[in-house]
Amino acid sequence: MSEIKELLTQKILVLDGAMGTMLQRYQFSEEDFQGERFKNWQIPVKGNNDLLSLTQPKAIAEIHQKYFEAGADIVETNTFSSTTIAMADYKMEHLVDELNYESAKIAKEVAQKITAQNPAKPRFVAGAMGPTNKTASISPDVNNPGFRAISFDELRIAYKQQALALLKGGVDVLLVETVFDTLNAKAALFAIEEIKEEQQIEIPIMLSGTITDASGRTLSGQTAEAFLISVSHIPLLSVGFNCALGAKQLTPHLEILAHRTSVGVSAYPNAGLPNAFGEYDESPEEMASQIELYLQKNLVNIIGGCCGTTPEHIHAIARVAAKYSPRKLETPRLI
Amino acid sequence: MNLTTSTAYKTYTEMKSNFRPLKLSGLEPLVITPESNFVNVGERTNVAGSRKFLRLIKEEKLEEALAIARNQVEGGAQIIDINMDDGLVDGKEAMVRFLNLIVSEPDISRVPIMIDSSKWEIIEAGLQVVQGKCVVNSISLKEGEEEFLNHAKKIKRYGAAVIVMAFDEVGQADNYERRIEIAQRSYNLLVHKVNFPPEDIIFDLNIFPVATGMDEHRKNAIDFIEATKWVKENLPYVSVSGGVSNISFSFRGNNAVREAMHSVFLYHAIQAGMNIGIVNPTMLQVYDDIPKDLLAHVEDVMLDRREDATERLLEFAETVKHNKSEKNKVDLSWREEALQDRITRALVKGIDTYIVEDVEEARQNSEKPIQVIEGHLMTGMNVVGDFFGSGKMFLPQVVKSARVMKKAVAYLLPYIEEEKLKNPASKEEKSGAGKILMATVKGDVHDIGKNIVSVVLACNNYEIIDLGVMVPPEKIIAQAKAQQVDIIGLSGLITPSLDEMVFLAKEMQRQDFEVPLLIGGATTSKAHTAVKIDAEYQHAVVHVNDASRAVTLVGNLLQKETATQYKTDLKLNYAEFREKFLSRTKEKEYLSIVEARKNKFQIDWKEEDIVRPNQLGVQLIEDFDLEKLKTFIDWTPFFRSWDLHGKFPDILEDEVVGQQATSLFADAKKMLTEIIQQKQLKAKAVFGLFPANTVDDDDISVKDPENSVEIIRFRTLRQQLKKYKGKPNFALADFIASQDTQLQDYIGCFCVTTGFGTQELATAFEKNLDDYNSIMIKALADRLAEAFAEYLHWQVRTKDWGYARDENLSNAELIKESYKGIRPAPGYPACPDHLEKLSIWKLLKVEENIGVKLTESLAMWPAASVSGYYFAHPEARYFGLGKIKPDQLEDFANRTGITYEKAEKWLSPNLA
Repeated sequence: MSEIKELLTQKILVLDGAMGTMLQRYQFSEEDFQGERFKNWQIPVKGNNDLLSLTQPKAIAEIHQKYFEAGADIVETNTFSSTTIAMADYKMEHLVDELNYESAKIAKEVAQKITAQNPAKPRFVAGAMGPTNKTASISPDVNNPGFRAISFDELRIAYKQQALALLKGGVDVLLVETVFDTLNAKAALFAIEEIKEEQQIEIPIMLSGTITDASGRTLSGQTAEAFLISVSHIPLLSVGFNCALGAKQLTPHLEILAHRTSVGVSAYPNAGLPNAFGEYDESPEEMASQIELYLQKNLVNIIGGCCGTTPEHIHAIARVAAKYSPRKLETPRLI
Repeated sequence: MNLTTSTAYKTYTEMKSNFRPLKLSGLEPLVITPESNFVNVGERTNVAGSRKFLRLIKEEKLEEALAIARNQVEGGAQIIDINMDDGLVDGKEAMVRFLNLIVSEPDISRVPIMIDSSKWEIIEAGLQVVQGKCVVNSISLKEGEEEFLNHAKKIKRYGAAVIVMAFDEVGQADNYERRIEIAQRSYNLLVHKVNFPPEDIIFDLNIFPVATGMDEHRKNAIDFIEATKWVKENLPYVSVSGGVSNISFSFRGNNAVREAMHSVFLYHAIQAGMNIGIVNPTMLQVYDDIPKDLLAHVEDVMLDRREDATERLLEFAETVKHNKSEKNKVDLSWREEALQDRITRALVKGIDTYIVEDVEEARQNSEKPIQVIEGHLMTGMNVVGDFFGSGKMFLPQVVKSARVMKKAVAYLLPYIEEEKLKNPASKEEKSGAGKILMATVKGDVHDIGKNIVSVVLACNNYEIIDLGVMVPPEKIIAQAKAQQVDIIGLSGLITPSLDEMVFLAKEMQRQDFEVPLLIGGATTSKAHTAVKIDAEYQHAVVHVNDASRAVTLVGNLLQKETATQYKTDLKLNYAEFREKFLSRTKEKEYLSIVEARKNKFQIDWKEEDIVRPNQLGVQLIEDFDLEKLKTFIDWTPFFRSWDLHGKFPDILEDEVVGQQATSLFADAKKMLTEIIQQKQLKAKAVFGLFPANTVDDDDISVKDPENSVEIIRFRTLRQQLKKYKGKPNFALADFIASQDTQLQDYIGCFCVTTGFGTQELATAFEKNLDDYNSIMIKALADRLAEAFAEYLHWQVRTKDWGYARDENLSNAELIKESYKGIRPAPGYPACPDHLEKLSIWKLLKVEENIGVKLTESLAMWPAASVSGYYFAHPEARYFGLGKIKPDQLEDFANRTGITYEKAEKWLSPNLA
């Protein structure tokens, strides 16, 4: 059994918070994004946060370090959009191997450093694999509902490339996250299974979907339970939800997962719902007290934050999480 | 319980709890367990099976093709099978295109998809475009192990379940031995070689036609059924499926016979364990509606019961080619049948149009009028009882049968009386199966459940002596003696009724009764019956949790040969249950009330969380327009009161009870319209909002809005069970700001009723011997009262109190209680103390204002009434008080100013 899998039964693991929110604090300019290497790139690259792993690696390492210091057990690599599909927007498809490899390396180095300071609390790196900017089961053209902008195979190939580079860079876990469209996630899972078979290795996989709004469904229309059933064919370290909703709104959907799966359950909600200015303003204490309700209900094994969360949030969450024991990994009752 | 049964029970529960259900998904889940009903796969979107669909695909009329898929889902298909295998269609392209369109239609793609093709490339292309967990139809060992395992591995990686055909290198399995041989081999390969989850395997064991005229086909149905049984017993967790229409292939063109053949085949195959099937629901006859002679002929063929079965069915089939134009007319051909068949049919179908004329005919043919009841009518009612017992009829149908029965008996009664006068010697005429006394106990007014049980028992030839509601124990005892009843049945809905039942059991013991005692009603439980009632009475005491069980139970209790043994077993069973229960309760740890208060629920009180009501004081609503309540009705409990279980509106589509639920719902809506249009029921409400603060931890001091002087104190009770760390011990008082916060908080309370008029209407129906509508009106009044409570709460939240002005919730969300704030009711889990109703009555002057009274057990009269409190704080939540300890009881008695004994009497169900 991998170390992280074993830990999952012993304590509630804390995941980091938002990368984007932290990067905003640096107020990087177009030039900062470009660095020396991409000076005068054919199209503007400001906003390509994943690129900062190559051009501003110190900032990325600093953010990882802050989250670890706040009490996170796991940080996510800065690779949310590092697939050929998402990088096409910046004409940077050819950088995908490098982006993933370097991002993984940065995070892993910080993790190792912090672990060395306190070996009793080992730290981990999760290779973040975002949803890409295309959906395999929704048409982008309302007048042509049968059209698809991306195929399963295109996704599978792109995800496989990303996963291989992340593993090479030393990640401990792969995190297929912010799943809007279950079919995209299934392509990622398919790719990881192929790697497992080809290299004869075990790879812990975390999977995190997104319930888009109060309808309680994913963007592609599935209920939480249908989503769970659709991804249960692959052995997972954990399944959960992140983004779109605040901790409070996420509760009923987590309950469904917690009562129906025997693998770990993860949650990393936003810092509340966006206010009138589109900002997330739930305070660390407010968020932590919402999350404490999950813990009281024994809903989760892994907990962290998404949009709008900061090391202060993670610190508050970690403090609460330390008080509770993790959800038991049992075969659920027949429902 | 002896050793063998308890071990058997254990393995059964272990199996049940370890069972691995087949889980599929579209946009919504489909979980198939052993308890699930037969899963119906829609087959019309199959180019091989539907000419119309093939034509639409060829002509690229995809909108119309989609409509076929939609119709199937709306028609109840739980999975849709999609097949594009046709020589003139590019199967792969068509499959992908059609699936992509389906995925864009949420009302179709909510169900899982079955990707059906004989070509692997089409299957794989389909798997790549569907997000949910599909079923692949199908793979087999036809091309050898290597390809079989390869495909299985891919299917697993795509996350789909699979249908495995009973086919191997040698050919298709066409007898029992080959079917099980291939199934076993396929199972072992899948489970052991590729780790395929066994619950994701569905065997198609090949349904082949019978009655083809060839001798080797005679066992086709039996072999399938036997093989199904073997597979389900020997290959854990798998499902069995098949294309049902094949069985009747030789009768193409004769739908009447085909429909009967499908039903008969399914009837037997499902019993053997077939749980999924490709079936055209319009090509299915209801098993019990198949004419007897046709049924016999079809079963002869299906089960290979006669040498000449096929010839006989062919010959017979000529006579049943039914004419389509006749289908829409009311079929009165049954009026031509023999007298007994007509009477039985009228009872089974609940048709009362001809019953008097048929009963009269029977009377003229009989020596004595009583013989019509004992003969003709009971024969019919026995059929009803058997159908009900075996799940072929449902409660609303049975109640309708009872209506016909009563009408028939009423017609005969004068003749029977006349006969008695003529012939006074023949006194012991009425034999009956037994006499049962039924009563709702003192202080309680709820009788829907009791009436249903009475009707069902009456249908089974038991004589029912119904003493009605609020029956004092002396009367029950006296009547039981005078009428020499065989069983006493007690019903109650509110918690004080539990004590009444205990009292009655003690009385029965004291007066040396020996008859069995039945206990039923919403608050009763096997635990309470075993611990509190059974212990007081030396003879049989049984808890009856639903009407359908009542018949078997009473039968067992009164059957002369077996009754003694049955009662002894019951007594032992309850004693054992009691011991287990008591030893279990001992393990729980409780806090003292002082400690529990220290661990109270702490709200971080902020001024902005408290909203001052727009209108303080008491308000009255007289004669509220019922029309406005229609949309607030939560129908699910309505169906539950008729023993039809399932969520509304899904219940209307339910495979098993859907038809009944739909018909019941239509009757209910019809009556509801009448009630509303003719203002047959009166809706009234009184509610009030007051300044309030929590004082002394658990009390809520309610103040006069005018001068802030305390007018009443609500006493709340606090959970005492020792909680898991970090969890508080709740009391309702925690949701109101305490005096110490210096913040002025508020509380509300209310009482609504829609019950005035119910009794009169029910009595009128009962006079017409119409129990069905009598129960219906009561059930509807209850629903309206709940709807009124929901409506009023909404009104209060958004207007009178106004703390949730922007609330915008659908009825479904209201039912789920997604709103802010709560309205707990005295007598329910958060505040089981009924005494609090007295405080509400006093505060709101409920009786003076709207006429709702409290009985001695503090039940509300009329029964269709709801009362409770309003708490507004966003942190306020529902909880269950659980058990409390004597220290809190004593404290409560002191605070309330009553004796310990009185407090104990009212709260005994909650004492640890």
